[in-house]
Amino acid sequence: MTGLGEIWSAAWPAVQALLYIILILVPLVLSVAYLTYAERKIIGYMQVRLGPNRVGYKGLLQPIADVVKLLMKEVIIPSGASRGLFILGPVLAIAPALAAWAVIPFAHGWVLANIDAGLLYVLAVTSIGVYGVVIAGWASNSKYAFLGALRSAAQIVSYEIAMGFALVGVLMAAQSLNLSQIVEGQAGGFWHWYVWPLFPLFLVYLVSGVAETNRAPFDVAEGESEIVAGFHVEYSGMAFAVFFLAEYANMILISALTTLMFLGGWLSPFPLLPDGMLWWLLKVAFVLFLFLWFRATFPRYRYDQIMRLGWKVFIPITLVWILVVGLVMQTPYAYLVH
Amino acid sequence: MNFQSALFYFFAAILLFAGLRVITARNPVHAALYLVLAFFSAAGLWMLLEAEFLAIVLVLVYVGAVMVLFLFVVMMLDINPDQLRQNFWRYLPVALPVALLIGVEMVLILGSRYFAATPPPTPLPAGYSNTKALGEVLYTQYVYAFEVAAVILLVAIVAAIALTMRRRKDSKYVDPARQVRVRKEDRLRVLKMKVSRYGDELHDHAHDGSQPGGDAASSSQER
Repeated sequence: MTGLGEIWSAAWPAVQALLYIILILVPLVLSVAYLTYAERKIIGYMQVRLGPNRVGYKGLLQPIADVVKLLMKEVIIPSGASRGLFILGPVLAIAPALAAWAVIPFAHGWVLANIDAGLLYVLAVTSIGVYGVVIAGWASNSKYAFLGALRSAAQIVSYEIAMGFALVGVLMAAQSLNLSQIVEGQAGGFWHWYVWPLFPLFLVYLVSGVAETNRAPFDVAEGESEIVAGFHVEYSGMAFAVFFLAEYANMILISALTTLMFLGGWLSPFPLLPDGMLWWLLKVAFVLFLFLWFRATFPRYRYDQIMRLGWKVFIPITLVWILVVGLVMQTPYAYLVH
Repeated sequence: MNFQSALFYFFAAILLFAGLRVITARNPVHAALYLVLAFFSAAGLWMLLEAEFLAIVLVLVYVGAVMVLFLFVVMMLDINPDQLRQNFWRYLPVALPVALLIGVEMVLILGSRYFAATPPPTPLPAGYSNTKALGEVLYTQYVYAFEVAAVILLVAIVAAIALTMRRRKDSKYVDPARQVRVRKEDRLRVLKMKVSRYGDELHDHAHDGSQPGGDAASSSQER
């Protein structure tokens, strides 16, 4: 019995970490499912339609029906495809989108791994996501898929730079790479949030986030009307669903990061009200609504315009604003950016 | 063998396997992907040495950016693997001495007392930030070396762009600045035209529907 107890006490941290991971991932996957429902409903109302309303009360069971349908379908591997990489593509797309949640704080002290270089970790892990798209496009051995992969690779690498620079401004203001400390640095009401002193960086980050997740109006990697469905044109069944899941998980991740770094995370907008996870959820939902709103509003960008926006507009804006923040920090008005 | 050394051998084995596959894989895309795996395992090893900043930057820069562009190029090349192997025996007399030289150099360096196996680093206190320490050293003690490296990189960027930039005279690229500056008056002219007489007549007929002869006019209006 003592031997068992020893093994148990040694294994307990690992078991605990696994339980926490499940506690994070299950609600995440559920919210991904209902984000698709919210998207169809919201865009439906924006286009004066009803959206899904047949499965369950007001269509609430629609995502479940979709998942069951995709699970039942056959996963077809094209005969000319590179088999191993074809399967690896969706796995590499979803894994970084989920792994990044390890350092996301949900409320004060509610974080799986409170590491010092949290911001760098998120940047590094999300930068791996592009491999899923590139490998899927190449392994499919199809022209449309390949074109989609090339477009996506160039686009994601370009916007990552603007995104990274926008985060440099945040870490200058917070003087920390730890996501919890970045949120704590914004304490004391909504006028202390970093969105105000770093407003240009906030805009750049938000728009780059839309581009990074290949969402409309930057969805040239899929481009239904140009290259059919881009990188995942050859995928079917659950393999396709995993790409779908990765896209929405990435959307939620970008919204969560925007909330943490610019909108005060779990902090309440007024010092009188208590802080808590509810605020964080509300803010994330708001940013996600922006994603859906963009999709219903803007037509798709032309490819050269996307590249121009990333390289010639966003990167100079971020560089100039980093300089401004750095200069202000040397003056007596430094409290403005802290 | 504790947990950390088990992890070390795990990452090291993957690293060696991936490195071997980089040079033996027949397909260049597979080789590039094995190189990505090698970078990843190396990052894991650095993490074990408590160099978390370097490990994360290795993933961020090499895996996230450099290798993506590498793959980008390799994927678009039309490489025939068999053709690459044709001249193997012809180049062997040149390649063999080079490989031997590299091997001897590595043995000499790794065998010297400066690079001999050092004891594992003593665990640092929990609050110690590797990133902060690196930043402080980089921007104080080594600031000139850092700036010189940055300038060299900038020169390389400018040179690469200058070498590859070609402006075709006949290409019809759009200038977004000019597009934005266009106003309605430059493109659109609103003309004030006199209403023609034929239209006037129709207009009159349409309005006297009360008269008995107005059937034709009302039916034309329906059309």
